[in-house]
Amino acid sequence: MIQNVFYFLTFLTLISACMVVFSRNPVYSVLFLILTFFSISGHYILLNAQFLAAVNIIVYAGAIMVLFLFVIMFLNLNKETETQKSNISKFAAVIAGGLLMVVMVAALKDVDAGTYTEAGFNSQIGMVQNLGMVLFKNYLLPFELASVLFLVAMAGAVMLGKKETGERHF
Amino acid sequence: MEFLLNPFSINALIILAIFGLTLFIATYCTYAERKIAAFIQDRVGPNRAGPLGLAQPLADAVKMFFKEEFIPANAHKFLFVAGPSLAMLTACMSSAVIPFGNTLIIDGVGEIRLQGIEVNIGMLYIFGVVALGVYGIMIGGWASNNKFSLLGAIRAASQNISYELAMGLSIIAILMMSGSLSLREITLQQGGSFLGISGLDWNIFYQPLGFIIFLTCAFAETNRTPFDLPECETELIGGYHTEYSAMKLGLYLFAEYVNIIVASAVMSVLYFGGFNFPGQEWLRANIASDPTLAHNLVTIIGTVVFFGKIFAFIFFFMWVRWTLPRFRYDQLMHLGWKILIPLAMINVVLTGAAILFWPQLKAMF
Repeated sequence: MIQNVFYFLTFLTLISACMVVFSRNPVYSVLFLILTFFSISGHYILLNAQFLAAVNIIVYAGAIMVLFLFVIMFLNLNKETETQKSNISKFAAVIAGGLLMVVMVAALKDVDAGTYTEAGFNSQIGMVQNLGMVLFKNYLLPFELASVLFLVAMAGAVMLGKKETGERHF
Repeated sequence: MEFLLNPFSINALIILAIFGLTLFIATYCTYAERKIAAFIQDRVGPNRAGPLGLAQPLADAVKMFFKEEFIPANAHKFLFVAGPSLAMLTACMSSAVIPFGNTLIIDGVGEIRLQGIEVNIGMLYIFGVVALGVYGIMIGGWASNNKFSLLGAIRAASQNISYELAMGLSIIAILMMSGSLSLREITLQQGGSFLGISGLDWNIFYQPLGFIIFLTCAFAETNRTPFDLPECETELIGGYHTEYSAMKLGLYLFAEYVNIIVASAVMSVLYFGGFNFPGQEWLRANIASDPTLAHNLVTIIGTVVFFGKIFAFIFFFMWVRWTLPRFRYDQLMHLGWKILIPLAMINVVLTGAAILFWPQLKAMF
C-alpha cells in the first residue's frame, strides 16, 4: 500500500516536473510547478515529516509561487509575442544543460546516501518538537547563518524597491 | 446500527457532519447577510420566499443553477472552470482540523473526538490552506482574459501575501504561549480558570494586540469589506469574477462565506477558548451524578457554545461590512506593511519577554 503510494507520488512528481519544462504557456508551467511541490510534500508525509510537508506548502506553494504567478500574469505572454529562438541558441542551451548534467552525475555518483539501521531509527524525528531540538542544538550555527543570509536578501530587496529621490510612481 | 459503532465509521460520520454543517451555515450566511444589511439600513430584507424569507437561499441557488453558463471566447477554458472549483475546494479543506468539541465517551467504542482529523501541525495546515486560497481567485481572474479581472486577481495576490505575514507573526505569539501547533491542544490549554471562573482562561486576555492583528488580517484574507479590493465594483466592475456567471459565480461567492466560517472558527479556537465555556467545571460536577454522562453533556454544551462563538464572529464580519467604507489600495498596503507587521513583531517580543520574566513577576507579588 505505502509502496504504491510512493510510486504514484514519484510518477506525479516526475511527470509534473517534466510538464513545467514542456508546457508552452508559462502560466501552466507555474501551475505544474505547484503540483510538483504538492507531490514532494506527499513524499515528506510518507517519511512522517509532517512539519516539513506543511512548511513546504506554505513557503513554496503558498508564497513563492504566488509571486511567480503574479509576475508572469503581468508579462502577458501569448503566441503572437513569443520570440523565435534561433537554432544556435537552442544548440547552446542543449550543450550547457548536458554539461550541467555531467557535472551533477560526476559529483553525486560516489555519494554515500547515509543508510539507516532499523534499530537506531527514530520514526518521530520529523515531528516539530524533535526537528526543533535538532535544529537548535546540533545545527544552531548554520541556522543562524541562514537567517543572516535572509536578512541581507531582505535589505537588498528593500534597497531595490526604494523610491529614488525625485522619482514618482503615480 | 451495529456496524456504525466503531471508531472508523463514527469518525467518517463526524467528517460528513462537519462538511454538511459548514455548507449549510454558508448557505444561510447569504440570508443572514441580506437580513443584517437590511436591519442596518433600516429596510425589511428578503421576506417573500417562505416564512420570514427563510427559503431565500434555496431560491437563490435555483436561480444560480438555471442561469446561462457563459465562457468568454478568448478565455482559457480549463483554467476558467478550475478557478472557482479551486476556490471552493480550498475553502472546504480547512475545516478538517478544527476541534468542534471535546470528546464523547460511548460504551463499547471509547473516546470519540468531535473533530475531523487530529494532527500535531493543525495550525500550519490551516495556514497552508489559507495561503492556497488565493490561487482560485488568481487563476480565475487571469483565465477570464479581461483587464478588470486581471487587476482583481493581481490585487488579491498582493493583498493575501502582505496580510499573511502579519497573520503568521500574530500566530507565532500564540504558539510561544501554548508550545503546540495542535488546535485541540491550544483549546484544551484555555480550559483553566481565570479570576476564579473555570473555562475562562482564554488567550484573548493575554494576547489582545495579537487578536486585533489576527482579526484585521482575517478580514483581508477572506476579501471582506473594508478590504474587498479584489472585487471592488466601483473601480473594477466585479474584479476577478467580472466574466463569471451562473453557478461558477455562485461558487466564488459561496467560497467567501465558507472562508468566513473557517476564519471565525479559527479565531474562536485561538483566542476565545474554542469549546470551553465559563463555569464548565461547576457544570461537570453538578449536572449529572454519572461522570461519563456529565462529561458527554458538557461536551455537547461546549459544541453548542463553540457554534455560538462562530455565529457571533460571522455577525461581526457582516456588521463591519455594512458599516465601514472600503479602503483605498495604497492605504491597504500601508496598513499591512507599515502598521500591522511592526505591531505583530512588537507583540512577539513582548510575549517572549513576558514568558521569560513571568516567574520573577509572580515572585514579586
